Amino acid sequence: MNSSLKHSLRFIGLLLLQVLVLDNLLLFGFVNPYLYVLFVILLPLNMGKIQAMSLAFLLGLCVDIFSDTGGVHAAACLVAAYLRPLVLRFSFGINYDYQTLKFYQEGFKERLTYVALIVFVHHLVLFSMEAFQLKLWKFVLTNTLYSFTFTTVLVMLIIALIEKEKK
Amino acid sequence: MQQIINFIIRYQTGLFFWLLFFVAILLTIQANTYHNAKFFSASNSISGWFYKKSAATTAYFKLAEENKILSEENAWLREKFHHLTEKDSIDRVSFSQESEYSFIPARIISNSYRKPSNYLLLNKGEKDGIEADMAIISSRGIVGIVEESSKNYARIISILNTNISINASFQHAPHFGSLVWNSASPYYAQLLDVPRSANIQVGDSIVTGGNSLIFPQGIPIGEVNSFFLDENIGYYQIEVKLFNDMTSLGSVYAIKLHSKEEAIELLENSDE
Repeated sequence: MNSSLKHSLRFIGLLLLQVLVLDNLLLFGFVNPYLYVLFVILLPLNMGKIQAMSLAFLLGLCVDIFSDTGGVHAAACLVAAYLRPLVLRFSFGINYDYQTLKFYQEGFKERLTYVALIVFVHHLVLFSMEAFQLKLWKFVLTNTLYSFTFTTVLVMLIIALIEKEKK
Repeated sequence: MQQIINFIIRYQTGLFFWLLFFVAILLTIQANTYHNAKFFSASNSISGWFYKKSAATTAYFKLAEENKILSEENAWLREKFHHLTEKDSIDRVSFSQESEYSFIPARIISNSYRKPSNYLLLNKGEKDGIEADMAIISSRGIVGIVEESSKNYARIISILNTNISINASFQHAPHFGSLVWNSASPYYAQLLDVPRSANIQVGDSIVTGGNSLIFPQGIPIGEVNSFFLDENIGYYQIEVKLFNDMTSLGSVYAIKLHSKEEAIELLENSDE
């Protein structure tokens, strides 16, 4: 399938899945996954920084419009996309530098590091901006940790599913 | 000039990042300011349409619960009606005077209760007479206040929002306080500024106070769950268990106060 079409479909699919289904899904009554960050994770690895940040920002803004949160998700996605090259280099090492990285051929450990770091950055920014007050730091930390675990597990599961399909 | 352009080209990623980040922060600040016309909000027609479709589908799963709530309300109304017909005609006169409020039935199609600032989306808007500053209640108690309405949808600021406080009083005592939310649990809100002279017991009912042009007096809110007296400031801090389950809202009513313009006009005149 055409790559830009694939990413557009992924954009719309993840957006609707997030706002219509996952926002209503609360594990243990209060933990909410933010699966749409998968879009930022799966952007082409060689994509330009500015292009990646614009797309991530746009997706975040769309989630914000649906959930009436101003620019909270947009900021979180933006920071995640901005730090992505750094995280990629940290997780995959030299393969990334030489542009020979194939995401689905990397080991589980490297992929988990990459996913977990991106999700953590995204969630930390998200909940800090959402609270918008220093006195709510407990809220920020607990929610970040709980949602982080939930989202990371979901993202890894979905990546494993996509991978099966590709083989 | 050349240097400036070089600088921009060299740091374009960083500059672009900070530009977008600044935009995001501005949007967030705007969203956290109560009573501010939003540039982007869920009451627009595209997201409203999606929420309407999704609510129409999921409504079926809540039918049993909804039926229960509505039949409870029916029973309560029947009881009221019975009392009214028993009483003499003088009371009826006062009852007819109270009908300065009209109730518009509506449905909540999008609900949030986990964030510090929660908003709800209503499936009715200006077309059906929903305006800003109308009260939204369910059969069990208060839900929120209309903040903004578009043609077909209205955005409601939930009582589970750290930005609003609501005038509240005890049902059987004359003490007033303000109801706020500390974002800890969607089942509890906090009643502050109740003077130490008040005699409080666990289980006391809290209702809306009369010092408001939005809520009629006596709409149920919740009951006292626990309280303690802050000796430093001399006011009680009361934990109120909400009657409404804010995590599951369906049918609600918007309350329109007919004489509101008149009252606001009067208030403005007195300021001059």
